[in-house]
Amino acid sequence: MSGEGEGKGAKGAAQRRKLGKVDIPTVTMAHGGGGKAMHDFIDDLFVDAFYNEPLAPLEDQARFSIDALARYGDRLAFTTDSYVVSPLEFPGGDIGKLAICGTVNDLAVGGATPLYLSCAVIVEEGVSVDLMRKVARSMAATAVEAGVEVVTGDTKVVERGACDKLFINTAGIGVIRAGVKLGVELAQPDDLVIVNGVLGDHGATILNARGDMKLDTEIFSDCAPLHGLIGALLEAAPNTRFIRDATRGGLATVLNEIARGSEVGIEIREGQIPIRAVVRGFCELLGLDPLYLANEGKIVCVVAKDEAEAALAALRAHPYGKDSVAIGHVTDERPGRVVMTTVLGGRRIVDTLVGEQLPRIC
Amino acid sequence: MCLGIPGQIVEITNTADKLAKVEVAGVKREINLVCIVDEDHSIESCVGDWVLVHVGFAMSRIDAAEAAATLELLHALGEVDEELDAMRGSGQT
Amino acid sequence: MKYVDEFRDPEKAQTLVEKIRALVDQIDACKSRPLYIMEVCGGHTHAIFRYGIESMLPEEIELVHGPGCPVCVLPMGRVDDCVAIAETPKVIFTTFGDAMRVPGSSKSLLEAKAGGADVRMVYSPLDSLSLARDNPDKEVVFFGLGFETTMPSTALTVLQAEAEGIENFSLFCNHITIIPAIKAILDAPGVQIDGFLGPGHVSMVIGNAPYDFVADQYDRPLVVTGFEPLDILHGIWMVLEQLASGEARIENQYSRVVPDEGNGPALEAIAKVFELREFFEWRGLGSIDHSGVKMREAYAKYDAERKFSVPDLVIADPKACQCGEVLKGVIKPYDCKLFGNDCTPETPMGALMVSSEGACAAYSRYGRVEKLVPLLGRGAGTGTGKAPQAEVEAP
Repeated sequence: MSGEGEGKGAKGAAQRRKLGKVDIPTVTMAHGGGGKAMHDFIDDLFVDAFYNEPLAPLEDQARFSIDALARYGDRLAFTTDSYVVSPLEFPGGDIGKLAICGTVNDLAVGGATPLYLSCAVIVEEGVSVDLMRKVARSMAATAVEAGVEVVTGDTKVVERGACDKLFINTAGIGVIRAGVKLGVELAQPDDLVIVNGVLGDHGATILNARGDMKLDTEIFSDCAPLHGLIGALLEAAPNTRFIRDATRGGLATVLNEIARGSEVGIEIREGQIPIRAVVRGFCELLGLDPLYLANEGKIVCVVAKDEAEAALAALRAHPYGKDSVAIGHVTDERPGRVVMTTVLGGRRIVDTLVGEQLPRIC
Repeated sequence: MCLGIPGQIVEITNTADKLAKVEVAGVKREINLVCIVDEDHSIESCVGDWVLVHVGFAMSRIDAAEAAATLELLHALGEVDEELDAMRGSGQT
Repeated sequence: MKYVDEFRDPEKAQTLVEKIRALVDQIDACKSRPLYIMEVCGGHTHAIFRYGIESMLPEEIELVHGPGCPVCVLPMGRVDDCVAIAETPKVIFTTFGDAMRVPGSSKSLLEAKAGGADVRMVYSPLDSLSLARDNPDKEVVFFGLGFETTMPSTALTVLQAEAEGIENFSLFCNHITIIPAIKAILDAPGVQIDGFLGPGHVSMVIGNAPYDFVADQYDRPLVVTGFEPLDILHGIWMVLEQLASGEARIENQYSRVVPDEGNGPALEAIAKVFELREFFEWRGLGSIDHSGVKMREAYAKYDAERKFSVPDLVIADPKACQCGEVLKGVIKPYDCKLFGNDCTPETPMGALMVSSEGACAAYSRYGRVEKLVPLLGRGAGTGTGKAPQAEVEAP
């Protein structure tokens, strides 16, 4: 449907060539057709928004120097993720911000400094060009905050009904700091489990923004790039065992992954788990469990007991970690299991979710 | 089954259809008050009332006095224990 | 949250647990066997697992998770009927979220949706009526299920449709009534239940008098109980108090919400729109006389059962399923041969694995830590490379 992987980000270091413009209000099949319309579309939306130096004049690939990368560490990290979200815009973010943060965070939780991202979009014909511009600018602004550059990309336009408005894929490259060793198999008894703030905001925001439940409330996505926060954590607590962003499946899913991956038990206290009052209300009303709601700006960290204080201090000093708190610890009892002491004082297993969480109304 | 949650009526939105906004911890939703209005409780008088919300309907007006009585009873259960403990404690010394 | 947080207080919970422990010591029956207390309502079952209440109770008390989860006891044939309606051209089929996953004999509503049917999740039947208002060229069907708690909402929605003259709205009525189910359980052979926690939200509609037979004819205590964890502990304590003094009465723990007489306007709406069916099929329990309602002739044009031709097949529960025994408290979920092997939350065979409020699904998901971990954890942490999650479902 369109040209193969047209490298974006062009322009020589000295001056920007004159960029093409789109002058009709909606995306059509022509914008993916490989001709002038497509080049104007890419210029107008992406080249304009992502303009960056190091990566060359619309080649089919981005090129970078190995020596330059080596300054950041000793191993490469490489990841990819696709973003499909309905609605495309929601309180606290949009699909563009999500597409940058998600991939940046996937690199950062491995101990990497995120550097370069790709951006491939699949657009349904009929989507407003203004919305596309907005999404592209949101991606660009988030990339600036995250200290990454979008250096290559691709655009496809598909017929109406072939996709839901807009899908974005971003892949990312980062460099892992020398000496950092993080792994889902590294949790040890007595380690502490820390989260960097209130949970469930993003999942509740999206459910609410869809409007099916006709609720009226102000909940905002926590969508944020966490490379800086994670950098500060690793500096303060170099023996940190494991970090993962608690996206789909929420906190409960990550904890279960750790329990299984490290063959340890995890004990958490419900009373310690930070949840915003309004998110709690939302969950109570719909019969949802916030432990399974998605987050886009929250990480679960397993840190060594003797570094926990330093880790918490470092996290709390960062804007995205003000409400960081230890919610539990690792134990050698019941390997593979997550056990929670409830607010009431009872104990129960916290398992992974089967399928999608549906409102329990009846 | 039958998920029900306490919420407070904050605003009457449609007097004829007996609709009102109810708030649960900062989350608002329009609900139907047909089951809780009668001669003694006009629709206008419902603002501020706490109700039990189930699938978009207020199904019961929460009785503050009864709630307080239940909590008081539970509290008293603990008190008696503490007194007994105190008595046992003093008996031992 | 007012009327919520006060009823989750851990100190009061501890006091109640100690009181319960002290009472258990006074009840002679406990010396030779456990005391069986059935919570009738799925909402109670959910709260019991959600707060780990069983882990706090003395060993002598066995909670029996009763039939009050309408999603669980819905027979497969009715799900097939839903799917058939949903797949009819020009239909918008609306439902509560948790009914979407219930498997029919060939597919669930979620799968029907994936196949192109217009199935939508709503919070209230009134939202379904709004869809009908906004889509006059479509037929909007609401999947009405639930006990007496939910009946007023669908009855009032039908009355609203009539008042507004909306003709493209109909109700697929699968409402069931709790009293015949309690009676069926009490009449079942081999049942051993010492007392009941009565369903608080059903009671706020029907009042407390309908339970009198439990005390009068069956000599069992029943305490209408709320859904916060302190309510449940309090209800258990009240049942035990009766057992300890050899009494059997109907009591109301949930007086802040449940008036003795129930809710007049709600009962009126139910009586106007619905009438008893001769019998209704329950998954796990079989056919129970007068245990369901259908729409009265006067509301035939809002009755999806009359408006659509549905397969209306009776599909028997798999033979090996022991849901009935679990529902009656004769066995615990993990005593069933299928539990965790062929019957898992991902591939439920029996009623009780279907919804998160079903006893088996709740056991599978939340577990009772000390009892379940040895059972489910077999092989976990042995480094076989097999995902221990599989072991949850297949111990």
